[in-house]
Amino acid sequence: MEYYNVQARGVLVEGEKSYSQVTADIAGPAERKPAKWWYAAMTVATLMLGFGLWAIYTTITVGMGTWGLNNSVGWGWDIINFVWWIGIGHAGTAFTIFVIVFRAKWAASINRAAEAMTVFAVMCASLFPALHLGRIWLIFFIFPYPNTRGPLWVNYNSPLLWDVFAITTYLLLSITLWYFGMIPDLAGMRDRAKSKLKKAVYGFFSMGWVGSVKNWLRYEALTKVLGGLAAPLVVSVHSIVALDFAVSIIPGWHTTILPPYFFVGAIFSGFAMVLTIMILIRKAFKLQEFVTQSHLNSMAKVLLFGSMVLGLAYATELFVAWYSGSEYEIFTFFKSRATGTYSTAFWIMVVCNAIIPQLFWFRKIRSNLKMLFIISVIINIGMWYERFVILISSLTQDYLPSSWSSYSPTIVDIGIYVGTFGIFFSGMLMFIRYIPIIAISEVKAFTRIRKSNTSKQ
Amino acid sequence: MKKYWKSIEETKPGYTPEPEEIYEKKEKGAILDLLEDKVTEAKASRRDFLKLCGYSFTLASLASSCERPIEKAIPYLIKPEVSTPGKASYYASSFYDGDDFSSIIVKVRDGRPIKIEGNKLCPIGGMGTTARVQASILGLYDQASFREPIVEGQSASWDMADAIVTEKLAEIASRKGRMILLTPTIISPSQTDAINRFLQRHQACEWIQYDSVSYSGILDANERVFSRRLVPFYRFDKAELILSFGADFLGTWLMPAEFSKQFAVNRTLTDGQKTLSRLVQFESRLSITGATSDQRVQIKPSQEKSILLNIYNGVAEKLGGPVLNALPPDMDVSGYVEALLESKGKALVLSCSNDPEVQVLVNGINYLLDSYSSTIDLDQPILLKQGDDRRFFELIAEMEAGSIEALLTYQVNPVHNHPLGERIAEAIGKVPFNISLSHVPDETSVLADYICPDHHYLESWGDAEPVKGVLCLCQPVIRPLGNTRQFSESLLLWAGMDQSAHVHLKDFWEKRFFNMQNELLFSDFWNKCLQSGVFEPPQASSGRLTMNSSALLAVSVLDVFVEESLELSVYEGIALGSGRQANNPWLQELPDPIAKISWDNFVSVSPEDASDLGIATADEVLLDGTLILPAYVQPGQARGVISVAMGYGRRTGGKVAEAVGGNVVPLLVLNEGIRIYQGATSVSKTGKTHPLALSQTHHSMEGRALVRETTMSEYREDPAAGNEMHKKIQKHLVTLYEEVAFDGIHWGMAIDLNKCTGCSSCVIACQAENNIPVIGKQEVMNRRIMHWIRLDRYFSGDPSNPKVHFQPVMCQHCDNAPCENVCPVAATNHSNEGINQMAYIRCIGTKYCINNCPYKVRRFNWFAYVNNQEFDYHMNNDLGKMVLNPDVTVRERGVVEKCSFCIQRIQEAKLKAKLEDRTLDDGEVLPACAEACPSGAIVFGNLNDSESEVARRYKDPRNYFLLEELHTLPTVGYLTRVRNEKV
Repeated sequence: MEYYNVQARGVLVEGEKSYSQVTADIAGPAERKPAKWWYAAMTVATLMLGFGLWAIYTTITVGMGTWGLNNSVGWGWDIINFVWWIGIGHAGTAFTIFVIVFRAKWAASINRAAEAMTVFAVMCASLFPALHLGRIWLIFFIFPYPNTRGPLWVNYNSPLLWDVFAITTYLLLSITLWYFGMIPDLAGMRDRAKSKLKKAVYGFFSMGWVGSVKNWLRYEALTKVLGGLAAPLVVSVHSIVALDFAVSIIPGWHTTILPPYFFVGAIFSGFAMVLTIMILIRKAFKLQEFVTQSHLNSMAKVLLFGSMVLGLAYATELFVAWYSGSEYEIFTFFKSRATGTYSTAFWIMVVCNAIIPQLFWFRKIRSNLKMLFIISVIINIGMWYERFVILISSLTQDYLPSSWSSYSPTIVDIGIYVGTFGIFFSGMLMFIRYIPIIAISEVKAFTRIRKSNTSKQ
Repeated sequence: MKKYWKSIEETKPGYTPEPEEIYEKKEKGAILDLLEDKVTEAKASRRDFLKLCGYSFTLASLASSCERPIEKAIPYLIKPEVSTPGKASYYASSFYDGDDFSSIIVKVRDGRPIKIEGNKLCPIGGMGTTARVQASILGLYDQASFREPIVEGQSASWDMADAIVTEKLAEIASRKGRMILLTPTIISPSQTDAINRFLQRHQACEWIQYDSVSYSGILDANERVFSRRLVPFYRFDKAELILSFGADFLGTWLMPAEFSKQFAVNRTLTDGQKTLSRLVQFESRLSITGATSDQRVQIKPSQEKSILLNIYNGVAEKLGGPVLNALPPDMDVSGYVEALLESKGKALVLSCSNDPEVQVLVNGINYLLDSYSSTIDLDQPILLKQGDDRRFFELIAEMEAGSIEALLTYQVNPVHNHPLGERIAEAIGKVPFNISLSHVPDETSVLADYICPDHHYLESWGDAEPVKGVLCLCQPVIRPLGNTRQFSESLLLWAGMDQSAHVHLKDFWEKRFFNMQNELLFSDFWNKCLQSGVFEPPQASSGRLTMNSSALLAVSVLDVFVEESLELSVYEGIALGSGRQANNPWLQELPDPIAKISWDNFVSVSPEDASDLGIATADEVLLDGTLILPAYVQPGQARGVISVAMGYGRRTGGKVAEAVGGNVVPLLVLNEGIRIYQGATSVSKTGKTHPLALSQTHHSMEGRALVRETTMSEYREDPAAGNEMHKKIQKHLVTLYEEVAFDGIHWGMAIDLNKCTGCSSCVIACQAENNIPVIGKQEVMNRRIMHWIRLDRYFSGDPSNPKVHFQPVMCQHCDNAPCENVCPVAATNHSNEGINQMAYIRCIGTKYCINNCPYKVRRFNWFAYVNNQEFDYHMNNDLGKMVLNPDVTVRERGVVEKCSFCIQRIQEAKLKAKLEDRTLDDGEVLPACAEACPSGAIVFGNLNDSESEVARRYKDPRNYFLLEELHTLPTVGYLTRVRNEKV
C-alpha cells in the first residue's frame, strides 16, 4: 500500500478496478445504444457536412472564384485551415511516440482518441490542398508516375510536392498506427458482441486476433516499428508544411525559423484539441477514472511548455526581422502585423498562444476543468489566427504596394471549413460509437487492481 | 471418302436426310435473335452477326457524335492567292470615328481582322496608337451594331429602304422643304465629295458638322486672330517649354498618339541628349499630362483666363504687343513669363478651354513668342475638328419650330453628348423624316424612323486627311458582317449615282490626287498608296502670318468668379473619351490611369473639399440636384473644383454601354451656343454608397525604391542620380549556384519611365493580342483584373499636390524566377532564351506561383470566362469570339496565366528568319505593348546583341530592375524618371 502512495505522477487509472471492470467501462459506450445527445450531435455534424458538400460542389463546378481569393492572395482560408487541421492532427502521433518510444504511461489512455483525432484531422486537412487546385480533375499530375507525356515528371524542387509526399505518408501511417493499435480491442469487442453482424464486422477487422503470446509478440514488434517510423514524421510533416512558406520569397514567409516554429505550434494546437475533446468525452462517457486529473494536468504542462516556445518564436521572428534590416521584413512584421492592418489578428495570436496559457503555471488552473476547457479552445482559436496572420498579412501586403489588396472569405470558404468540422465531428462520433475510446489492453497494464482481486506477494 | 454419321439412323440403309433448313435471308426477325436470349436456336448467320456489328457501330458512332456541337470548317476549294491559312496578312487602313484618328495596319488572320497596329509609314502618329484605336477592333464584332436597314422598327431590304428614302427626299425636295445632314467632322475628301454630290441633288439640304467634343474655342480664336478658322498643328518635338492649360495632349486632346510621339522626342536621354523639354501643366483635375509634367499648377477653370491675361501682358510688355486691361492675378506669373521669354521661338502655350477669348490670349502669347514659326503650324492644320457649335445650336430651335422636314444623321449623338440632349431628343421628334446612317445604335440613332446603317470602318473603303497634306487611305479588311452599306454609297445612290464606294473612291483619287505626283501611273500610284496607307502631296506654304490685334483688344477683363459654389470641369476619360465606344468591354474595364477605376465615371473631389463636405471615396453624391455619381477623393484635384468624365451614362448602345456611370454633359452650359466644359455645380451627399471597381487601392510606394526618380540638374551631375543603389545591389548579388548562361538569344525589355505617360495603350494592345478576358465590375472589385500588363500609379509628396509616378509592370521574366521553382508540376519554367514560360495545359492551379511572385503579375482564371453567361462579354458569343488571336491559347478555368513577351510573335519572327536563313534584326520582334506605345517607352530585343536598343538601354546608368535586391534577375529594365524641375 505504501508503495502506491509514493507517487511520482498522479493516478493514471482511478477506482481500483478489476480487469473486467476496465473492459466493461471502456467497451460499454460502444456496446450500448448511444444517448440522445449523440444523435443530436450527429445530426449537427451531418448538417455541417452537408453545408461543406454544397461548398465543395460549388467550388468544383463554378470555380475557384467563389472563394475570397484575388490576384495577390492566392491562398486564403483554404491553406489557413489546411495548416490548422494538420497542426491539430499532430497530437495523435505525438502521443503514440510518447507511449511507444518514450514509454510514457500517462499518455496511454488518451492515445487512442488522439490518434482517431489525428486521422480525421489529417483527412480534413488533406481535403484543402486538393480543393485549392484550379483544376482538381487533373490532381493526378501531382504524383510522380511514369506517363506518356514525355514522360513529364513533377518538379521535385517544389515544397508543395514535398507536402504531397509528407501528407500522404502521414495520413497512411497514422491510419495504420491507429488501426493496428485497435486490433486487440477490436477482438475484445468481437468476443463481447452479441449480435451476429457486430461479431462479423469486429471479427473481420480484428484479423483473427486470439490474444496468444505469438499475437502479442508480433503486435508489440509491429507497434514499435510503426512508432519508430512515426516519430520522425511528427517532426517532418509540419516542418514540410512550413517549408511551403519558408522556401518562398514573400516577406513574413521567407524565414528559417518557420519549420521548428510550425512543429511546436502543431504539437501545441494538437494537444489543445485533444484536451478539448477528452474533457468532453470523459464527461460524456463517465471515463473520469481513466482520463484522470493527472492526465489533464500533464497535458496542461505540455501546453505551457509549447506556449513558451511559441512566445519565443514570435519574439525571435520580430527580432530577426528588425536585425535583417530588410525594409520589407520590417514592414511586414512591425507595420503590417504588430501595428498595422493586421494588428488585431496578430495580438489575438500572441495573447491566445503565448500569454493566456501562462495561466497553467498555477496548479489551481491546471486542475480546474472549466478553465482547462476554455483555455484549450482559446489556444485553438489563437493557433487559427497564427496561420491567418502568416498567410494573409504576407500576401495582401508584400513587395509592390500597387498590388496590395485585402482578403475576406466568402460563404463558400466558410462552408468548406464548416464542412471539415462536419467530417471531423461525424468521424469522432462514429469512433466513440463503435470503437473503445481508450486502448483497453494498454490501460490494463497499469491499472491498480483491487486488493481483493489479487493475491498479495 | 470416309463417311461420317451423325446419328444411328443415318447408318441405316434407305435413310434420306431431311432437307436442311435453308435460312431465309429475308427474314427480318432472325437477326434479332442474337439480341434476345435465343442464341442457341438463333438462325442468324455469321454474316448477320457482322451486319449487326456494322449496324450497331454505325448507330453508336452516330449517337455519340450527335452530342457534339457541329462546328463548321469549310475549306477553300481553290486557295486564294493572298491567303494562307495560319498566316496573317496585314493591310494599311485608317481609323477615324469622329474623335480620334490613326493610320493603322490591320492584322488579318484567316479572313478575320484581329489586331490593329499603328502605321509606321504615316507621319501622323506613326507606330503608336491610343487605347481606343487598339480597342476599336472589338467594335467590328459588336453584337449591338446595326446589321441591316430598319424601316419603322422593322428590318427591311435595301431596295425597300432606298425606295422609301428617295421617294420621301424627292417629295420633300419638291416642296422645297428644308433638310439637314448632320455628321461629325468629315476628314475624308471622298466622303466630302459624296456629300457634295448629295447636296447638289438636294439643294434644300444643309450639311452641318457636329463634333462630339467641341473645339469651337480654338477655331473661333484662330478665325478672330488670323482670319483662319482652323485648329493648328502643334509641334511638341520642337518645344523647349510647354505651358499647357488643362490640355491633356498626352491623353485625349486632339491627337494624343501623335503628340505623345512628338513629346517623347525631347524626353529622351538614352541617345546622348542632355536636355529635356519642360512641361508646366496648369489644370484643375489630375490628367496624365499633368502627371507627366515637370511642374503641375493647380488652378480652377475660372482662374485660367486671368492667369493667361497676366502672362500675356507680361510677354507683351517685353515684346511689344498691345497690353490689355487685367485684374491682378491670383498667383505670381512672372516666373512663367520669364521662362517663356527665355525660350522664345521654342515655347508653346496651349489651352483646352472652349472659350474663344482664352484661346485668343493663347494665340497672342504664342504669336509674340514666335511660336508660329516653330512649334505651331497653321499651314498644315489639324482637320479633325471643324464642327460648328453655333450652327448646331440654331438647328435645335429650327427643329423645334418644325421648319426642318428631314434629318439625316451620321455617327453623331448630340442627345448624349450635348448639354441640351433632352431638348434635342424632343426636337428631333418633331422632324417628320428622320434617317440615321450610323453603324451603331445610340441615343440619337434610335430616334430615327429609318436606319440605313453604314459599314464598320474596317469594312469600308475611304480616305482621310487628318492633317492638311497627309492623305490616308482606308480599305476594307473583311467582307461586311451584316447587310450594311457604306455611308458615301448611300448618299451617292440617293444623289442618283449608283456607284460603289470603292469605285467612287478610286475615281475621286484619280481626279483629285493622282496629278499631285508625276512619278507613277495611276494603278501603281493607287496600289502604292493602298499598300502604304499614306500619300503626302507636296504642300505650299501660305506665307507670313499677321495677327489681328483688335481680337486681342476685344478680350474682356473678366469678372472674377466669386461665387462660393464648387466649379465643375468635365473631361474626356482615357478609356471612353466622348463615349462613342462605350459598348466596348475592353475600354470599360480599362482602369483610369490616375484613379485606377474602371466600369464607372466618378466625381473627383480634392482631399480638402472632401473633408469639408464630409465625402469619402465611394459615397454617392448628387450633382446639381439631378445627377447621382460616386465620389472619389483624388489627391491632386484642385480645391474647389470637381471633375467628372463624360461619355458614361449611355442609355442606348448595347448591353455593356448601358447603365455604366452617369452622363454629366447635361450639367454643362452653353455660351452663345458653344459648349463650355466648365461651370458651377453643387454637391450634396445622398447618404448611400456606390462601390467603385478599383484595381489599385494603395497609393504610396512606402518609401521603397520602385519608381526611381531624379531631377534634371542632378542627372546632369550624375547620370545615375536616383539610381545609386543599382550598383550597390549588383555588387551584392552573389550566388552559390552556377549562373544560367543564355547562349543564343536572351530576350529582354527596357522601359523608359521618362517616356511613359500612362496612356494605357499597352494594356489594351496586350488584351487584344493575348485574348485576355473581360471580367466585369464585380470581379474587378474583387481585385481579379486579368490584364497582363498593368500600370502601377503611385503618388508621392504633398497629398494636395502630389507627384505622380507611372510604372508599367508585366511579367519580369526573371532569370531566377521565384514562381518557377515552386510549381509542383513544373507548369511554369524557363526557356533557353530567358523567357519565363507558362504551360497552361500542365497547370493544375495551385496558385503557389501567384503567391511567390514578388511582382504579382500572375493571373488566375477564377471562373470560366469563355462561354459563360455570367461573363456576357465578347467571349460569350460567336461574333465576339472572332476577335480572338488563334496564335494564343484561350485559357481554361483554373489555370494561371501571365505575360509571355508575346511568345507567338517571337516564334513567328524566328521561323521567318530561319526560312530566310538569317538572324533576327533588332526591333524585328515587338510585343504588343511595345508596338502600341506611342512614345516609344518600351523597347524589346536580344540582350546578347550588344548593338540592340535594349542592350544599350541596359548599359545606361539610369537602368535598374524592379526589386533587384531580391536577386530574381528580371529581364525587364526600367530607366529612371528625370523631371526637369526648376531649380
